[in-house]
Amino acid sequence: MSLTHQDVARIAKLARINVSDDEIDAVGAQLNTIFDMIAKMQAIDTDGVEPMTHPQDSALRLREDIVTEPDRRDAFMAIAPQAEAGLFLVPKVIE
Amino acid sequence: MINSTLKALSQQLAAKAISSEELAGLYLDRIEAANPLLNAFITVDRERSLQLARAADAVRARGEAGLLTGVPVAHKDIFCQQGWKTSCGSRMLDNFISPYDAHVIERCAQAGLVTLGRTNMDEFAMGSSTENSWYGPARNPWDRNAIPGGSSGGSAVAVAARLAPAATATDTGGSIRQPASHCGITGLKPTYGVVSRYGMVAFASSLDQGGVMAQTAEDCALMLNTIAGFDERDSTSVERTGEDYTRKLGDSLAGLRVGLPREYFADGLSADVARVVEAAVAELKKLGAEVVDISLPNTELSIPAYYVIAPAEASTNLSRYDGVRYGHRAAEYRDLVDMYERTRAEGFGREVKRRIMVGTYVLSHGYYDAYYLKAQKIRRLVSDDFKAAFESCDVILGPVAPTAAFDLGANADDPLQMYLSDIYTLSVNLAGLPGMSVPAGFAANGRPIGLQIIGNYFDEARMLNVAHRFQQATDWHRRVPAL
Repeated sequence: MSLTHQDVARIAKLARINVSDDEIDAVGAQLNTIFDMIAKMQAIDTDGVEPMTHPQDSALRLREDIVTEPDRRDAFMAIAPQAEAGLFLVPKVIE
Repeated sequence: MINSTLKALSQQLAAKAISSEELAGLYLDRIEAANPLLNAFITVDRERSLQLARAADAVRARGEAGLLTGVPVAHKDIFCQQGWKTSCGSRMLDNFISPYDAHVIERCAQAGLVTLGRTNMDEFAMGSSTENSWYGPARNPWDRNAIPGGSSGGSAVAVAARLAPAATATDTGGSIRQPASHCGITGLKPTYGVVSRYGMVAFASSLDQGGVMAQTAEDCALMLNTIAGFDERDSTSVERTGEDYTRKLGDSLAGLRVGLPREYFADGLSADVARVVEAAVAELKKLGAEVVDISLPNTELSIPAYYVIAPAEASTNLSRYDGVRYGHRAAEYRDLVDMYERTRAEGFGREVKRRIMVGTYVLSHGYYDAYYLKAQKIRRLVSDDFKAAFESCDVILGPVAPTAAFDLGANADDPLQMYLSDIYTLSVNLAGLPGMSVPAGFAANGRPIGLQIIGNYFDEARMLNVAHRFQQATDWHRRVPAL
């Protein structure tokens, strides 16, 4: 398998990581080495094998739909990069 | 005093031979002197630690002390601890002062343990050398040109260099066992679900498990008693009645069936490690163990399966770092998407970005079945290998890593080489089994080598029994690096 320049740019975009145009080929070369190793899986016959998502294969627990957490809004807002009046501030999205 | 085990320190405190404040001061002095050389700690806060120690002394004065009240420990910088910087080795969280405590931290505080500081690690626990830390690599106290292993390298160095008697750590693909092996200390990764992941910064949620490092198996058992147990706040925490992990320590090993997986002693294992592991097996035979030849045929496939599953889960977990609610935010940006992209480009290091991109790709439209689903099927095959093997043995023994610690920088530009060195540890995480590393000897160049003990599900007490009896018969765990 070989990821192209465009593939790597697309993956970076999906991952929301800025990769400059002159870094893309170096990053792509390392990703290709990793995917060549991963490709070994494809030769293995896994027909009929149940995928394993979790070591204990158990169903997730349900709990009563009641409030269990205390209100710590101020403590959590205090560490935000930009907050005002109980809101997280981000660059304008809607013109 | 400084070479004392956790257990011995607790006895000294109980006998009032030393106060918790004096003991913490002793370790803090050592940290201050050694940390510039070893870089084991990211954060040390002397006054805060001494305050905790004084509080522990007050608890003891009131006659309310428990077994570990006032004993100092170090915490891996992955466990959120209120009021302490919790960086996870990343620039992304360099400004993150945690507003809450992880379950593991809560449990340690309830037991009266005193925090000595926060230990260095590979960024977001991704790595096997601690070279991926934003704060620079930690160094192996046995040879400062060698890596200490990773990702819990700082915790391993702290225990090995006697900067702390014990430390918390985490293991997603070997991050407790491999640094424990490389630093000549004892490390334990419990069965998946035994220790709550609440407040433990997430890397790969179906693999991550908190655990402990100390000088001895007995100390690991005491620490595990402290941090194990059901927690409602972790959806994968296992509901089991509590157990005393020290209860089997002294049991005889007569008739114990130890499985040696053929695949662990094949090509790729260095002569040094083979010699040390074989000698350790011989020692256990003297103690009454019977050796059983077993096979784990899908061992090699654990590498590609792991390096699909772990990055996939990481790419999902790390999407939370967007510069909005906490952590780093880029200083300049054009719009919202540009802010995300620059924040993440600046905040993450190279290895973390690489894994996020691998994970993003394997989960992207049209590739899910070929990669993620395929890897989960292989995960089942790897796990079934262990099930079959445990039909004929009680514990599995083998190497932790193919070689002793390699030189700093040796694999820095070769991520794949680093991944391949995880061959003996990854499958245990894929299966969710408990595993340990116990000091068992040294390479010709003087770097430590550990013996891996793999137990069946929830069989930590037996694993600790094997480790403890081995340590009663050997003195590898008492060797201390000259600083």
